[in-house]
This record gives sequence, C-alpha cells and structure tokens, in this order.
Amino acid sequence: CSSLGTYDLSASTFSPDGRVFQVEYAMKAVENSSTAIAIRCKDGVVFGVEKLVLSKLYEQGSNKRIFNIDRHVGMAVAGLLADARSLSEVARDEASSFRSSYGHDIPLKHLSDRVAMYVHAYTLYSAVRPFGCSFILGSYDKDDGPQLYMVDPSGISHGYWGCAIGKAKQAAKTEIEKLQMKEMTCRELVKEVAKIIYIVHDEVKDKAFELELSWVGEVTNGRHQLIPEEVRQEAEKYAKDSLEEEDDSDEDNM
Amino acid sequence: MEKRSVDSRVRGVSTGTTILAATFDGGVVIGSDSRASIGGEYVSSKTINKVVQVHDQIFCCMAGSLADAQAVTKAAKFHLSFHSVQMETPPLVIAAASVLQELCYNNKEELQAGFITAGWDRKKGPQVYVVPLGGMLVGQPVTIGGSGSTYIYGYVDAKYKPNMSREECLQFATNALALAMGRDNVSGGVAHLVVITETGVEHVVVPGNKLPKFHNE
Repeated sequence: CSSLGTYDLSASTFSPDGRVFQVEYAMKAVENSSTAIAIRCKDGVVFGVEKLVLSKLYEQGSNKRIFNIDRHVGMAVAGLLADARSLSEVARDEASSFRSSYGHDIPLKHLSDRVAMYVHAYTLYSAVRPFGCSFILGSYDKDDGPQLYMVDPSGISHGYWGCAIGKAKQAAKTEIEKLQMKEMTCRELVKEVAKIIYIVHDEVKDKAFELELSWVGEVTNGRHQLIPEEVRQEAEKYAKDSLEEEDDSDEDNM
Repeated sequence: MEKRSVDSRVRGVSTGTTILAATFDGGVVIGSDSRASIGGEYVSSKTINKVVQVHDQIFCCMAGSLADAQAVTKAAKFHLSFHSVQMETPPLVIAAASVLQELCYNNKEELQAGFITAGWDRKKGPQVYVVPLGGMLVGQPVTIGGSGSTYIYGYVDAKYKPNMSREECLQFATNALALAMGRDNVSGGVAHLVVITETGVEHVVVPGNKLPKFHNE
C-alpha cells in the first residue's frame, strides 16, 4: 500500500482508489504499539495489556493503559498513549453527562457509539489529524450481561466476544479463537488472558514487559477494577508455567 | 391549576389538584382529578386530563401551573422519544423522571410545575418517582401531590400496603382521590386512573357520581 503523490497529506482528501490515507496511517500507529486484548465470557469481561518497559528507572504500575470510565466500564488502549488519554476523558464526559441526564449507568453500546462518533469527526478535516489509537471498552450489567466493543481510528465501533489490538493482534486473535469463552467464568478467563499476553510477547525484539490486568463482571459486582494481587499472581504463574512446557498445558482445569 | 395570584404565592405553590401514584405487585396505578380552577372560585374546566403519557409504559401527573406543566411534558415526551430511538430500547422510568428533573431544576426560577412519574420498565419493574417544584427527584412506593393531597395523608399512610393486588390498589387509589376531591374545593370532576403493567396500559375513568361514597355524604 503505497501513497500516491499528494493524496496522503490530509484527512480531507480521498485517494483515486477511494482510501483516506491519513486514517490508514493512524492505524499504523496502533500497530506499532504493544498488544492489548479483551475477552468477554459468561459473567464478565477481562482485559490484558502487554506494557513494554523501556527504562530501568520505570516505576511499577505507572503509565497505565487500562482506564476506568464511570464505575462499570473499562477501557484498554493501544497506540499513541496521549491520544488515548484524551479519548478516555471524552468517554468519561459522555458517561457523566448521560448519568446526569438520565439517572442511570450509560449502556455500553451507546457509550461506544458516542466516542466512535467523536473519533470519526477527526477523520473529516484537514485542520486536525485522526486519533492514533484504538481502544476496547467493556462492561457488565446484571440485566444486560457482559458487553465488549472496540473502536479504531476510523471511528468504527463493533461488538465482540474477544478482540486484540496492537503489534501482535494477529497472533493474539489466533489464541483467543481457541477459547470457548461463552462457557468460561472471569476467574478461569484471567489465567487465559495472562497466558495469551505471555505467548504473543516477543522476547527478542522487546525485552521487559509489565502485564496489566483488569476485569469487570459478576465477580466484581459490576465494577471495573484492576485484578487483585492473589488472582494476578496465580494468573501470571499459570502463564509462565504454560510457556515452559512445549505443548499447551492440559492439566489445569478449563 | 390556578392563575398565579398573590394568594397562591403567599400560600405556597401547591395548587388546585389531587394526584397520586402507587405501586402494586406487578404494576403501578397513577391517577388524578379533572378540575382546573381560577382563583379558587371558578371552575375553568371540569374534565381536564392531568395524566399524560410520556412514553409507551411511562405516565406523568402534572401539578402546579397547567401551562408550565404542559410545556415541560411536551419537551420531555420529545426528549424521551428521541432517547428511546437512539438507545433502541424503551426508556427506563428513572430516565423519564430524570429528564423531567433536569427541566424543572434548570428552569426553577421560571417554572411552577411538579410531577409524579410512574411506569414499568424491564430493569426494575413498576416504579414511582416524584419531582416537586425545585427539581428534586425521589423514588417512593406511593406518593401523593397537589392541594387535595393534604386531606388524604392519613388515609394513604393507614391504607397503603406494598405488593397489593391490582384490584386492591385500584380501589385504594380511587378511594384516595374520592376523599380528596370530597374535601378540596379546587379538586373534583372525574377520577382519571391509569394502570401500567408489563403487558400494557389500561385507562380507567370514574365519573363523579360513581365515585365511592363515604359516611355522611
């Protein structure tokens, strides 16, 4: 996919073959970022992010890539982190305004549509550049169940049972497709999410990484939270053990 | 419903009407009288409907200035219709009440309108919310409003029970309205009642001469 002449300089220009190159370039920015995945199961949604550590002076737990939107929504991001942070504020404002107007939690599909519309607006004009990030939104409600939506720089939003964004998204998707997530609970799924991040992490190209894990579901009473310490340790141990064996581990109950 | 005379401003803003709503097992009854008056002396309408439908299974009762209340419910009805198309699902009762609340609170200097909102939604079932003049919002199992309500607080406190049957609740609401209309000179006419359940909505109108009679009437 090569850019032709001057068709790639602004988002307000189509190329002769009907592409908006600025949006495609924005998606490239996401592909250069480390991987983030989220999977929806029977009773919730689990998020996992491979956070690359670039400095020996890095403080553990900083530069978070998973955000809280209201109490019941989690947002995992990939791409330009500054753009993602700005969009998390947009999402928070939408959720807050909805709650103020209608007195209840914003339904996830509506939040996803609203933020996607905002992202899309930035693909229409030459005066601004598109957002260089994709993000995954997840929530759990006892009546509507778990929900998962992904928004990309073009401003498109789709619902998923599992999705991955970032550099290893293809490998991650392959692993996700092996899971029977509709029959799993959050507790079972946390271990699988950790394992997938460990699998897709490239030891050669990227050295150290920190695994960021969060969930929202029946287990948290509908609140989006970072995974508690004992659960995270169990999950990381499972992930590391699985990697040590050449084959997939069958002994852990699934 | 009165003109804003000096009297009503001094007296307070609860004006010529009786409205109520009550939840029962599986639904909610909302009702009002049908009298509109001017200055507490002249009945300007005997058959006004103060129970307004703001969505398929959500109704509101108006209290205060009829003009203000009608303007607010018209705006709320539009807002909820738009909201439900956007959400691709009927609005929650709390959402309807919140829409009214925003209108009443943000325009509290100009408006003299209070509402009782009642309805059924798939999340929480039958609910009743009251939005008085200043724009507060509170959910209650049963609530009464308007000038006529002062005469029936005792009756409601004594006779309301949660999880009544549909018939019991309808009888309770009719009795309450009849008692209020019997004592409040600015409430009267017919009793308009609406029963809302999961399956739908039913209107009941009880003409003045068919209202329950109590002793020495």
